[in-house]
Amino acid sequence: MSQALDRADFDLIASWVQPGERVLDLGCGDGSLLKRLIDERGAKGYGVELEDAEVLAAIANGINVVQGNLEQGLAGFDDATFNHVVLSRTLQTVRHTERILGEMLRVGREAVVSFPNFAYWKNRMAVMGGRMPVSEDLPYEWFNTPNLRFFTLLDFEALCLKMKLVIRERQVLDEAGRLVTEEPNFLGSLAVYRLGR
Amino acid sequence: MRFRAPMYYGNIMSGVGIVAAQRAHFAQPLVLKGGGVLPGFDLVYETYGTLNAAKSNAILVCHALSGNHHVAGYTADEFGKPTANLGWWDNIVGSGRPLDTDRFFVVGVNNLGGCHGSTGPASPNPASGKPWGADFPVVTVEDWVESQARLADHLGIDAWAAVMGGSLGGMQALQWTLSFPERVRHALVIAAAPHLSAENIAFNDVARQAILTDPDFHGGHFYEHDVRPLRGLRLARMLGHITYLSDDQMAEKFGRRLRAGAGSYGFDVEFEIESYLRYQGDKFAGVFDANTYLRMTKALDYFDPALDFDDDLARALARARAKFLVVAFTTDWRFSPERSREIVHALVHNGQDVAYVEINSAHGHDSFLMDEPHYHAVVDTYLKRVAL
Repeated sequence: MSQALDRADFDLIASWVQPGERVLDLGCGDGSLLKRLIDERGAKGYGVELEDAEVLAAIANGINVVQGNLEQGLAGFDDATFNHVVLSRTLQTVRHTERILGEMLRVGREAVVSFPNFAYWKNRMAVMGGRMPVSEDLPYEWFNTPNLRFFTLLDFEALCLKMKLVIRERQVLDEAGRLVTEEPNFLGSLAVYRLGR
Repeated sequence: MRFRAPMYYGNIMSGVGIVAAQRAHFAQPLVLKGGGVLPGFDLVYETYGTLNAAKSNAILVCHALSGNHHVAGYTADEFGKPTANLGWWDNIVGSGRPLDTDRFFVVGVNNLGGCHGSTGPASPNPASGKPWGADFPVVTVEDWVESQARLADHLGIDAWAAVMGGSLGGMQALQWTLSFPERVRHALVIAAAPHLSAENIAFNDVARQAILTDPDFHGGHFYEHDVRPLRGLRLARMLGHITYLSDDQMAEKFGRRLRAGAGSYGFDVEFEIESYLRYQGDKFAGVFDANTYLRMTKALDYFDPALDFDDDLARALARARAKFLVVAFTTDWRFSPERSREIVHALVHNGQDVAYVEINSAHGHDSFLMDEPHYHAVVDTYLKRVAL
Protein backbone atom coordinates (compact mmCIF):
# COMPACT_ATOMS: atom_id res chain seq x y z
CA MET A 1 0.00 0.00 0.00
CA SER A 2 1.33 3.43 -0.85
CA GLN A 3 2.73 5.67 1.85
CA ALA A 4 0.82 8.67 0.44
CA LEU A 5 -2.46 6.88 0.84
CA ASP A 6 -1.64 5.60 4.31
CA ARG A 7 -1.02 9.15 5.34
CA ALA A 8 -4.24 10.42 3.78
CA ASP A 9 -6.23 7.81 5.66
CA PHE A 10 -4.34 8.51 8.89
CA ASP A 11 -4.56 12.30 8.40
CA LEU A 12 -8.35 12.13 8.55
CA ILE A 13 -8.39 9.86 11.57
CA ALA A 14 -5.82 12.01 13.37
CA SER A 15 -7.92 15.11 12.73
CA TRP A 16 -10.86 13.47 14.54
CA VAL A 17 -8.93 12.64 17.72
CA GLN A 18 -8.75 15.25 20.46
CA PRO A 19 -5.90 15.49 22.98
CA GLY A 20 -6.27 13.10 25.90
CA GLU A 21 -8.87 10.93 24.19
CA ARG A 22 -8.63 7.16 24.37
CA VAL A 23 -8.27 5.32 21.09
CA LEU A 24 -8.43 1.58 20.39
CA ASP A 25 -6.96 0.56 17.03
CA LEU A 26 -8.14 -2.88 15.89
CA GLY A 27 -5.62 -4.65 13.70
CA CYS A 28 -3.06 -2.05 14.70
CA GLY A 29 -0.12 -3.71 12.92
CA ASP A 30 3.16 -2.22 14.13
CA GLY A 31 1.25 0.63 15.77
CA SER A 32 2.16 3.38 13.26
CA LEU A 33 -1.26 5.04 13.46
CA LEU A 34 -1.36 4.86 17.26
CA LYS A 35 2.17 6.19 17.52
CA ARG A 36 1.08 9.15 15.43
CA LEU A 37 -2.08 9.71 17.49
CA ILE A 38 -0.03 9.57 20.69
CA ASP A 39 2.84 11.77 19.47
CA GLU A 40 0.84 14.32 17.48
CA ARG A 41 -2.56 14.32 19.13
CA GLY A 42 -1.68 13.45 22.72
CA ALA A 43 -4.08 10.51 22.63
CA LYS A 44 -3.98 7.51 24.95
CA GLY A 45 -3.68 4.61 22.57
CA TYR A 46 -4.21 0.84 22.66
CA GLY A 47 -4.06 -1.63 19.81
CA VAL A 48 -5.26 -5.15 19.14
CA GLU A 49 -3.20 -7.31 16.80
CA LEU A 50 -3.07 -11.02 16.05
CA GLU A 51 0.17 -11.53 14.10
CA ASP A 52 3.26 -12.29 16.20
CA ALA A 53 5.64 -10.24 14.06
CA GLU A 54 3.35 -7.18 14.16
CA VAL A 55 2.89 -7.48 17.93
CA LEU A 56 6.66 -7.56 18.35
CA ALA A 57 7.02 -4.50 16.10
CA ALA A 58 4.34 -2.68 18.08
CA ILE A 59 6.20 -3.42 21.33
CA ALA A 60 9.37 -2.07 19.72
CA ASN A 61 7.36 1.09 18.97
CA GLY A 62 6.34 1.34 22.61
CA ILE A 63 2.67 0.72 21.83
CA ASN A 64 0.15 -0.70 24.29
CA VAL A 65 -0.65 -3.70 22.13
CA VAL A 66 -2.96 -6.51 23.20
CA GLN A 67 -2.53 -9.71 21.22
CA GLY A 68 -5.88 -11.16 20.21
CA ASN A 69 -8.19 -12.26 17.44
CA LEU A 70 -10.86 -9.80 16.29
CA GLU A 71 -13.02 -12.68 15.10
CA GLN A 72 -13.55 -13.52 18.76
CA GLY A 73 -14.93 -10.05 19.41
CA LEU A 74 -13.61 -7.73 22.08
CA ALA A 75 -14.48 -9.89 25.08
CA GLY A 76 -12.87 -8.55 28.23
CA PHE A 77 -12.80 -4.93 27.07
CA ASP A 78 -15.28 -3.03 29.20
CA ASP A 79 -18.19 -1.03 27.77
CA ALA A 80 -17.59 2.59 26.77
CA THR A 81 -13.85 2.50 27.56
CA PHE A 82 -12.71 4.40 24.44
CA ASN A 83 -13.58 7.64 22.67
CA HIS A 84 -12.74 6.16 19.27
CA VAL A 85 -12.38 2.57 18.10
CA VAL A 86 -10.56 2.41 14.77
CA LEU A 87 -10.79 -0.36 12.18
CA SER A 88 -8.56 0.83 9.36
CA ARG A 89 -8.64 -1.17 6.09
CA THR A 90 -9.54 -4.31 7.99
CA LEU A 91 -13.34 -4.69 7.93
CA GLN A 92 -13.15 -6.45 4.55
CA THR A 93 -10.95 -9.15 6.13
CA VAL A 94 -13.27 -9.85 9.06
CA ARG A 95 -15.74 -12.70 8.80
CA HIS A 96 -18.14 -11.59 11.55
CA THR A 97 -18.89 -8.14 10.16
CA GLU A 98 -21.92 -7.23 12.24
CA ARG A 99 -20.42 -8.56 15.44
CA ILE A 100 -17.24 -6.53 15.15
CA LEU A 101 -19.15 -3.34 14.34
CA GLY A 102 -21.42 -3.96 17.33
CA GLU A 103 -18.41 -4.64 19.56
CA MET A 104 -16.69 -1.45 18.42
CA LEU A 105 -19.67 0.62 19.51
CA ARG A 106 -19.95 -1.31 22.75
CA VAL A 107 -16.41 -0.56 23.93
CA GLY A 108 -16.22 2.87 22.28
CA ARG A 109 -18.42 5.89 21.78
CA GLU A 110 -17.41 6.22 18.16
CA ALA A 111 -16.33 3.71 15.53
CA VAL A 112 -13.94 4.86 12.81
CA VAL A 113 -14.03 2.46 9.86
CA SER A 114 -12.13 2.65 6.60
CA PHE A 115 -12.38 0.16 3.74
CA PRO A 116 -11.69 -0.17 -0.01
CA ASN A 117 -14.68 0.67 -2.22
CA PHE A 118 -15.34 -2.23 -4.54
CA ALA A 119 -17.49 0.06 -6.74
CA TYR A 120 -14.61 2.41 -7.52
CA TRP A 121 -14.69 3.04 -11.26
CA LYS A 122 -11.39 1.29 -11.97
CA ASN A 123 -12.64 -1.78 -10.11
CA ARG A 124 -15.83 -1.72 -12.16
CA MET A 125 -13.73 -1.45 -15.33
CA ALA A 126 -11.64 -4.43 -14.28
CA VAL A 127 -14.71 -6.58 -13.73
CA MET A 128 -16.24 -5.34 -16.98
CA GLY A 129 -13.01 -6.42 -18.65
CA GLY A 130 -13.45 -9.84 -17.11
CA ARG A 131 -10.83 -9.68 -14.35
CA MET A 132 -11.02 -9.13 -10.60
CA PRO A 133 -9.67 -5.69 -9.72
CA VAL A 134 -6.15 -5.03 -8.41
CA SER A 135 -5.53 -1.45 -7.29
CA GLU A 136 -3.82 0.73 -4.68
CA ASP A 137 -6.56 -0.13 -2.21
CA LEU A 138 -7.15 -3.70 -3.39
CA PRO A 139 -3.52 -4.66 -3.92
CA TYR A 140 -3.97 -8.44 -3.92
CA GLU A 141 -4.70 -11.07 -6.53
CA TRP A 142 -7.89 -13.08 -6.02
CA PHE A 143 -5.88 -16.13 -4.93
CA ASN A 144 -3.85 -14.45 -2.21
CA THR A 145 -6.13 -11.75 -0.90
CA PRO A 146 -6.85 -11.65 2.84
CA ASN A 147 -10.12 -9.92 1.96
CA LEU A 148 -13.26 -11.96 2.62
CA ARG A 149 -15.92 -9.33 2.00
CA PHE A 150 -16.28 -7.21 -1.12
CA PHE A 151 -18.65 -4.28 -0.68
CA THR A 152 -19.31 -0.71 -1.71
CA LEU A 153 -20.19 2.55 0.01
CA LEU A 154 -23.87 1.90 -0.73
CA ASP A 155 -23.65 -1.64 0.66
CA PHE A 156 -21.98 -0.42 3.82
CA GLU A 157 -24.51 2.34 4.35
CA ALA A 158 -27.34 -0.15 3.90
CA LEU A 159 -25.79 -2.28 6.65
CA CYS A 160 -25.48 0.77 8.90
CA LEU A 161 -29.18 1.44 8.37
CA LYS A 162 -30.04 -2.17 9.17
CA MET A 163 -27.90 -2.08 12.33
CA LYS A 164 -29.27 1.37 13.25
CA LEU A 165 -25.77 2.86 13.27
CA VAL A 166 -25.58 6.62 12.85
CA ILE A 167 -23.16 7.87 10.19
CA ARG A 168 -21.61 10.98 11.75
CA GLU A 169 -19.21 11.72 8.95
CA ARG A 170 -18.01 10.16 5.72
CA GLN A 171 -14.87 11.03 3.79
CA VAL A 172 -13.92 9.39 0.52
CA LEU A 173 -10.48 9.32 -1.07
CA ASP A 174 -9.25 8.50 -4.55
CA GLU A 175 -6.20 6.31 -5.26
CA ALA A 176 -3.88 9.29 -4.83
CA GLY A 177 -5.35 10.04 -1.41
CA ARG A 178 -7.24 13.17 -2.55
CA LEU A 179 -10.69 13.89 -1.13
CA VAL A 180 -13.55 12.97 -3.44
CA THR A 181 -16.70 15.06 -3.18
CA GLU A 182 -18.71 14.10 -6.28
CA GLU A 183 -20.04 10.61 -7.04
CA PRO A 184 -18.15 9.02 -4.15
CA ASN A 185 -19.34 5.47 -4.87
CA PHE A 186 -17.91 5.78 -8.39
CA LEU A 187 -14.87 8.00 -7.91
CA GLY A 188 -13.83 6.95 -4.39
CA SER A 189 -11.26 4.20 -3.84
CA LEU A 190 -11.18 4.31 -0.02
CA ALA A 191 -13.99 5.30 2.34
CA VAL A 192 -13.56 6.50 5.93
CA TYR A 193 -16.61 6.65 8.22
CA ARG A 194 -17.31 7.89 11.72
CA LEU A 195 -20.15 5.91 13.23
CA GLY A 196 -22.15 6.21 16.43
CA ARG A 197 -25.26 4.81 17.99
CA MET B 1 32.61 -3.08 28.73
CA ARG B 2 33.86 -6.21 30.41
CA PHE B 3 34.24 -9.40 28.43
CA ARG B 4 33.78 -12.77 29.98
CA ALA B 5 34.57 -16.03 28.25
CA PRO B 6 31.45 -18.12 27.70
CA MET B 7 31.17 -20.83 30.30
CA TYR B 8 30.23 -24.29 29.19
CA TYR B 9 29.07 -27.14 31.32
CA GLY B 10 28.19 -30.14 29.24
CA ASN B 11 26.66 -28.59 26.16
CA ILE B 12 24.89 -25.71 27.88
CA MET B 13 26.46 -22.28 27.71
CA SER B 14 25.76 -19.94 30.58
CA GLY B 15 25.55 -16.22 29.99
CA VAL B 16 27.09 -15.21 33.30
CA GLY B 17 29.58 -17.95 34.21
CA ILE B 18 30.34 -18.77 37.84
CA VAL B 19 28.25 -17.00 40.43
CA ALA B 20 28.18 -16.85 44.20
CA ALA B 21 25.33 -16.12 46.57
CA GLN B 22 25.38 -13.26 49.07
CA ARG B 23 23.52 -12.92 52.33
CA ALA B 24 21.92 -9.88 53.93
CA HIS B 25 20.62 -9.76 57.51
CA PHE B 26 17.66 -7.57 58.42
CA ALA B 27 17.38 -6.93 62.14
CA GLN B 28 14.17 -4.90 61.98
CA PRO B 29 11.19 -7.16 62.81
CA LEU B 30 8.81 -7.91 59.94
CA VAL B 31 5.09 -7.76 60.70
CA LEU B 32 3.36 -10.39 58.58
CA LYS B 33 0.03 -10.07 56.83
CA GLY B 34 -1.30 -13.27 58.36
CA GLY B 35 -0.45 -12.11 61.88
CA GLY B 36 2.75 -12.73 63.72
CA VAL B 37 6.11 -11.04 63.56
CA LEU B 38 9.45 -12.32 62.32
CA PRO B 39 11.98 -10.90 64.79
CA GLY B 40 14.57 -10.50 62.04
CA PHE B 41 15.54 -12.45 58.97
CA ASP B 42 18.18 -13.23 56.36
CA LEU B 43 17.77 -13.10 52.61
CA VAL B 44 20.14 -14.91 50.27
CA TYR B 45 20.54 -13.39 46.82
CA GLU B 46 22.66 -13.38 43.67
CA THR B 47 23.41 -10.50 41.32
CA TYR B 48 24.53 -10.41 37.70
CA GLY B 49 25.85 -7.38 35.81
CA THR B 50 26.82 -4.07 37.37
CA LEU B 51 24.66 -1.56 39.20
CA ASN B 52 25.14 1.78 37.45
CA ALA B 53 26.02 5.01 39.28
CA ALA B 54 22.43 6.26 39.17
CA LYS B 55 21.28 2.84 40.46
CA SER B 56 18.62 2.93 37.80
CA ASN B 57 19.36 -0.31 35.93
CA ALA B 58 18.28 -2.93 38.45
CA ILE B 59 15.89 -5.76 37.61
CA LEU B 60 14.47 -7.98 40.32
CA VAL B 61 13.67 -11.55 39.26
CA CYS B 62 11.11 -13.18 41.55
CA HIS B 63 10.96 -16.95 41.74
CA ALA B 64 8.05 -19.34 41.54
CA LEU B 65 7.05 -22.19 43.82
CA SER B 66 10.20 -24.28 43.67
CA GLY B 67 12.71 -21.66 42.56
CA ASN B 68 15.33 -19.73 44.45
CA HIS B 69 17.91 -16.95 44.19
CA HIS B 70 20.12 -18.93 41.82
CA VAL B 71 18.62 -17.52 38.63
CA ALA B 72 21.62 -17.73 36.31
CA GLY B 73 25.14 -19.06 35.97
CA TYR B 74 26.86 -21.95 37.69
CA THR B 75 27.70 -22.26 41.33
CA ALA B 76 31.28 -23.33 42.01
CA ASP B 77 32.62 -26.25 43.98
CA GLU B 78 35.25 -25.86 46.70
CA PHE B 79 37.98 -25.73 44.06
CA GLY B 80 36.27 -22.92 42.14
CA LYS B 81 35.19 -25.23 39.32
CA PRO B 82 31.65 -24.93 37.98
CA THR B 83 29.17 -27.50 39.26
CA ALA B 84 26.18 -28.82 37.33
CA ASN B 85 24.01 -26.38 39.29
CA LEU B 86 22.81 -24.09 36.50
CA GLY B 87 20.44 -21.24 37.42
CA TRP B 88 16.75 -21.93 36.79
CA TRP B 89 16.31 -19.06 34.31
CA ASP B 90 19.84 -18.98 32.92
CA ASN B 91 18.62 -18.93 29.31
CA ILE B 92 17.26 -15.39 29.67
CA VAL B 93 20.12 -13.73 31.59
CA GLY B 94 23.54 -12.70 30.31
CA SER B 95 25.40 -10.58 27.82
CA GLY B 96 23.22 -10.19 24.71
CA ARG B 97 20.33 -12.08 26.27
CA PRO B 98 16.95 -10.49 27.07
CA LEU B 99 18.07 -9.60 30.60
CA ASP B 100 21.25 -8.16 29.17
CA THR B 101 23.91 -8.00 31.86
CA ASP B 102 25.86 -5.47 29.77
CA ARG B 103 22.97 -3.13 30.49
CA PHE B 104 21.09 -4.36 33.53
CA PHE B 105 21.95 -5.28 37.10
CA VAL B 106 19.90 -8.40 37.74
CA VAL B 107 19.00 -9.55 41.25
CA GLY B 108 17.66 -12.99 42.21
CA VAL B 109 16.49 -13.56 45.78
CA ASN B 110 15.39 -16.60 47.75
CA ASN B 111 12.00 -15.82 49.29
CA LEU B 112 11.33 -15.74 52.97
CA GLY B 113 10.20 -19.18 54.09
CA GLY B 114 12.35 -20.77 51.42
CA CYS B 115 14.83 -23.58 51.80
CA HIS B 116 17.87 -22.29 49.92
CA GLY B 117 19.45 -20.03 52.50
CA SER B 118 16.92 -17.32 53.33
CA THR B 119 15.22 -17.56 56.71
CA GLY B 120 12.69 -20.38 56.58
CA PRO B 121 11.16 -23.27 58.46
CA ALA B 122 14.50 -25.09 58.77
CA SER B 123 16.22 -22.00 60.24
CA PRO B 124 16.66 -21.79 64.02
CA ASN B 125 13.82 -20.12 65.87
CA PRO B 126 15.52 -17.52 68.09
CA ALA B 127 12.96 -18.23 70.82
CA SER B 128 13.92 -21.89 71.18
CA GLY B 129 17.19 -22.34 69.32
CA LYS B 130 15.57 -25.26 67.51
CA PRO B 131 14.36 -25.19 63.89
CA TRP B 132 11.13 -23.24 63.41
CA GLY B 133 9.45 -26.19 61.72
CA ALA B 134 5.67 -25.93 61.93
CA ASP B 135 5.97 -22.71 63.95
CA PHE B 136 7.37 -20.76 61.01
CA PRO B 137 4.56 -18.40 60.05
CA VAL B 138 2.63 -18.60 56.81
CA VAL B 139 4.08 -15.86 54.62
CA THR B 140 2.22 -14.15 51.79
CA VAL B 141 3.16 -12.56 48.48
CA GLU B 142 2.76 -9.18 50.22
CA ASP B 143 5.22 -10.25 52.92
CA TRP B 144 7.74 -11.34 50.30
CA VAL B 145 7.49 -8.00 48.53
CA GLU B 146 7.94 -6.20 51.85
CA SER B 147 11.08 -8.24 52.57
CA GLN B 148 12.39 -7.74 49.02
CA ALA B 149 11.95 -3.98 49.47
CA ARG B 150 14.34 -4.21 52.42
CA LEU B 151 16.83 -5.91 50.12
CA ALA B 152 16.36 -3.07 47.60
CA ASP B 153 17.13 -0.60 50.43
CA HIS B 154 20.18 -2.65 51.36
CA LEU B 155 21.43 -2.49 47.74
CA GLY B 156 20.67 1.24 47.53
CA ILE B 157 18.02 0.74 44.86
CA ASP B 158 15.23 3.33 45.16
CA ALA B 159 13.28 2.05 42.17
CA TRP B 160 13.63 -1.08 40.07
CA ALA B 161 13.89 -0.57 36.32
CA ALA B 162 11.78 -3.73 36.26
CA VAL B 163 10.43 -6.43 38.51
CA MET B 164 9.64 -9.66 36.74
CA GLY B 165 8.72 -13.25 37.31
CA GLY B 166 6.78 -16.23 35.99
CA SER B 167 3.87 -17.94 37.73
CA LEU B 168 4.06 -17.15 41.46
CA GLY B 169 6.99 -14.89 40.50
CA GLY B 170 4.65 -12.94 38.21
CA MET B 171 2.28 -12.46 41.13
CA GLN B 172 5.13 -10.91 43.11
CA ALA B 173 5.92 -8.57 40.21
CA LEU B 174 2.25 -7.53 40.19
CA GLN B 175 2.20 -7.08 43.97
CA TRP B 176 5.32 -4.90 43.80
CA THR B 177 3.42 -2.40 41.64
CA LEU B 178 0.72 -2.24 44.31
CA SER B 179 2.79 -2.30 47.50
CA PHE B 180 5.43 0.13 46.20
CA PRO B 181 3.99 1.95 43.16
CA GLU B 182 6.85 4.46 43.10
CA ARG B 183 9.56 1.83 43.26
CA VAL B 184 8.74 -0.16 40.09
CA ARG B 185 9.00 1.35 36.62
CA HIS B 186 8.12 -1.80 34.67
CA ALA B 187 6.48 -5.05 35.70
CA LEU B 188 6.84 -8.20 33.58
CA VAL B 189 4.06 -10.52 34.67
CA ILE B 190 4.54 -13.86 32.95
CA ALA B 191 2.32 -16.98 33.04
CA ALA B 192 0.55 -15.56 36.07
CA ALA B 193 -2.99 -14.84 37.24
CA PRO B 194 -4.69 -12.20 39.40
CA HIS B 195 -5.60 -14.99 41.82
CA LEU B 196 -5.85 -18.76 41.79
CA SER B 197 -8.97 -20.53 40.55
CA ALA B 198 -10.76 -23.07 42.72
CA GLU B 199 -9.17 -25.80 40.57
CA ASN B 200 -5.69 -24.38 41.25
CA ILE B 201 -6.35 -24.32 45.00
CA ALA B 202 -7.69 -27.87 44.81
CA PHE B 203 -4.46 -29.10 43.21
CA ASN B 204 -2.46 -27.29 45.87
CA ASP B 205 -4.47 -28.84 48.65
CA VAL B 206 -4.01 -32.37 47.36
CA ALA B 207 -0.27 -31.65 47.26
CA ARG B 208 -0.38 -30.35 50.82
CA GLN B 209 -2.40 -33.34 52.03
CA ALA B 210 0.26 -35.63 50.58
CA ILE B 211 2.83 -33.91 52.82
CA LEU B 212 0.64 -33.40 55.89
CA THR B 213 -0.40 -37.07 55.99
CA ASP B 214 3.11 -38.45 55.55
CA PRO B 215 3.99 -40.19 58.85
CA ASP B 216 7.47 -38.68 58.62
CA PHE B 217 6.02 -35.14 58.64
CA HIS B 218 5.57 -35.13 62.44
CA GLY B 219 3.31 -32.08 62.31
CA GLY B 220 6.09 -30.12 60.65
CA HIS B 221 8.70 -30.85 63.34
CA PHE B 222 10.41 -33.64 61.40
CA TYR B 223 13.85 -32.02 61.75
CA GLU B 224 13.94 -33.07 65.41
CA HIS B 225 13.18 -36.65 64.40
CA ASP B 226 15.96 -36.63 61.84
CA VAL B 227 13.58 -37.73 59.08
CA ARG B 228 11.99 -35.98 56.10
CA PRO B 229 8.52 -36.55 54.65
CA LEU B 230 9.95 -37.69 51.33
CA ARG B 231 6.93 -39.67 50.19
CA GLY B 232 4.59 -36.74 50.66
CA LEU B 233 6.90 -34.26 49.02
CA ARG B 234 7.45 -36.63 46.12
CA LEU B 235 3.72 -37.07 45.55
CA ALA B 236 3.17 -33.33 45.81
CA ARG B 237 5.77 -32.71 43.15
CA MET B 238 4.48 -35.45 40.87
CA LEU B 239 1.01 -33.92 40.99
CA GLY B 240 2.36 -30.42 40.47
CA HIS B 241 4.46 -31.55 37.56
CA ILE B 242 1.44 -32.97 35.72
CA THR B 243 -0.21 -29.56 35.91
CA TYR B 244 2.86 -27.74 34.58
CA LEU B 245 2.92 -29.76 31.35
CA SER B 246 0.42 -29.85 28.51
CA ASP B 247 -1.49 -32.92 27.36
CA ASP B 248 -0.01 -32.60 23.86
CA GLN B 249 3.51 -32.30 25.19
CA MET B 250 3.11 -35.36 27.40
CA ALA B 251 1.67 -37.31 24.48
CA GLU B 252 4.56 -36.28 22.28
CA LYS B 253 7.30 -36.79 24.86
CA PHE B 254 6.06 -40.04 26.41
CA GLY B 255 2.93 -41.22 24.65
CA ARG B 256 2.04 -44.69 25.87
CA ARG B 257 5.58 -45.93 25.54
CA LEU B 258 6.57 -48.72 27.89
CA ARG B 259 9.88 -49.15 29.60
CA ALA B 260 12.00 -52.18 28.77
CA GLY B 261 10.70 -55.33 30.45
CA ALA B 262 7.30 -53.83 31.18
CA GLY B 263 4.06 -55.72 30.70
CA SER B 264 3.98 -57.60 33.98
CA TYR B 265 0.48 -56.39 34.89
CA GLY B 266 1.92 -55.17 38.16
CA PHE B 267 2.31 -51.77 39.77
CA ASP B 268 5.96 -51.11 39.17
CA VAL B 269 7.03 -48.42 36.75
CA GLU B 270 5.83 -49.53 33.32
CA PHE B 271 5.00 -46.49 31.26
CA GLU B 272 7.65 -43.90 30.46
CA ILE B 273 5.50 -41.13 31.91
CA GLU B 274 5.47 -42.94 35.27
CA SER B 275 9.21 -43.23 35.21
CA TYR B 276 9.56 -39.55 34.38
CA LEU B 277 7.23 -38.37 37.14
CA ARG B 278 8.85 -40.58 39.76
CA TYR B 279 12.25 -39.30 38.74
CA GLN B 280 11.05 -35.70 39.01
CA GLY B 281 9.41 -36.45 42.36
CA ASP B 282 12.51 -38.10 43.79
CA LYS B 283 14.81 -35.40 42.54
CA PHE B 284 12.67 -32.71 44.10
CA ALA B 285 12.06 -34.49 47.40
CA GLY B 286 15.80 -34.91 47.75
CA VAL B 287 16.47 -31.20 47.84
CA PHE B 288 13.30 -29.37 48.85
CA ASP B 289 11.82 -28.71 52.27
CA ALA B 290 8.27 -29.90 52.97
CA ASN B 291 7.45 -26.95 55.24
CA THR B 292 8.60 -24.56 52.54
CA TYR B 293 6.42 -26.34 49.96
CA LEU B 294 3.38 -25.97 52.21
CA ARG B 295 4.02 -22.25 52.65
CA MET B 296 4.71 -21.52 48.98
CA THR B 297 1.43 -23.14 47.97
CA LYS B 298 -0.42 -21.19 50.68
CA ALA B 299 1.09 -17.94 49.43
CA LEU B 300 -0.27 -18.83 45.99
CA ASP B 301 -3.73 -19.64 47.35
CA TYR B 302 -4.03 -16.44 49.38
CA PHE B 303 -2.84 -14.05 46.66
CA ASP B 304 -5.83 -11.96 45.63
CA PRO B 305 -5.20 -8.22 45.32
CA ALA B 306 -8.84 -7.58 44.33
CA LEU B 307 -10.20 -9.06 47.58
CA ASP B 308 -10.13 -5.72 49.41
CA PHE B 309 -11.81 -4.00 46.44
CA ASP B 310 -15.05 -6.00 46.22
CA ASP B 311 -13.31 -8.33 43.73
CA ASP B 312 -12.90 -5.39 41.35
CA LEU B 313 -9.45 -6.01 39.88
CA ALA B 314 -9.39 -2.71 38.00
CA ARG B 315 -9.86 -0.78 41.24
CA ALA B 316 -7.21 -2.93 42.92
CA LEU B 317 -4.65 -2.20 40.20
CA ALA B 318 -5.48 1.51 39.89
CA ARG B 319 -2.69 2.55 42.24
CA ALA B 320 0.07 0.91 40.13
CA ARG B 321 2.37 3.40 38.40
CA ALA B 322 4.42 0.83 36.48
CA LYS B 323 4.15 -0.02 32.82
CA PHE B 324 3.28 -3.67 32.26
CA LEU B 325 4.25 -6.48 29.95
CA VAL B 326 1.92 -9.43 30.45
CA VAL B 327 2.81 -12.72 28.76
CA ALA B 328 0.79 -15.94 28.62
CA PHE B 329 1.27 -19.27 26.85
CA THR B 330 -1.38 -20.98 24.73
CA THR B 331 -1.02 -24.45 26.27
CA ASP B 332 -0.76 -23.26 29.89
CA TRP B 333 -3.89 -24.63 31.51
CA ARG B 334 -2.72 -24.06 35.08
CA PHE B 335 -2.46 -20.28 34.52
CA SER B 336 -4.30 -19.92 31.23
CA PRO B 337 -4.15 -16.93 28.86
CA GLU B 338 -7.69 -16.01 29.98
CA ARG B 339 -6.32 -15.35 33.46
CA SER B 340 -3.58 -13.07 32.14
CA ARG B 341 -6.17 -11.21 30.08
CA GLU B 342 -8.06 -10.40 33.30
CA ILE B 343 -5.00 -8.44 34.40
CA VAL B 344 -4.64 -6.82 30.98
CA HIS B 345 -8.27 -5.73 30.75
CA ALA B 346 -8.22 -4.29 34.24
CA LEU B 347 -5.19 -2.20 33.28
CA VAL B 348 -6.76 -1.13 29.97
CA HIS B 349 -9.92 -0.18 31.85
CA ASN B 350 -7.82 2.12 34.02
CA GLY B 351 -5.92 3.60 31.09
CA GLN B 352 -2.65 2.12 32.39
CA ASP B 353 0.18 1.13 30.08
CA VAL B 354 0.24 -2.55 29.18
CA ALA B 355 1.35 -4.81 26.35
CA TYR B 356 0.00 -8.34 26.22
CA VAL B 357 1.51 -11.20 24.26
CA GLU B 358 0.21 -14.73 23.89
CA ILE B 359 2.99 -17.12 22.98
CA ASN B 360 2.32 -20.27 20.97
CA SER B 361 4.10 -22.92 22.95
CA ALA B 362 3.69 -26.64 23.46
CA HIS B 363 5.18 -26.70 26.95
CA GLY B 364 2.21 -25.76 29.15
CA HIS B 365 2.84 -23.72 32.28
CA ASP B 366 6.55 -24.58 32.15
CA SER B 367 6.80 -22.62 28.88
CA PHE B 368 7.91 -19.53 30.76
CA LEU B 369 11.20 -21.27 31.55
CA MET B 370 11.83 -22.40 27.98
CA ASP B 371 14.11 -20.88 25.41
CA GLU B 372 11.37 -20.06 22.89
CA PRO B 373 12.78 -17.60 20.33
CA HIS B 374 9.63 -15.49 19.94
CA TYR B 375 9.03 -15.35 23.70
CA HIS B 376 12.58 -14.23 24.37
CA ALA B 377 12.35 -11.72 21.50
CA VAL B 378 9.28 -10.20 23.16
CA VAL B 379 11.03 -9.82 26.53
CA ASP B 380 14.19 -8.56 24.83
CA THR B 381 12.30 -6.01 22.72
CA TYR B 382 10.31 -4.79 25.70
CA LEU B 383 13.37 -4.44 27.96
CA LYS B 384 15.31 -2.60 25.25
CA ARG B 385 12.76 0.19 25.62
CA VAL B 386 13.25 0.43 29.37
CA ALA B 387 15.06 3.71 29.94
CA LEU B 388 17.90 3.63 32.46
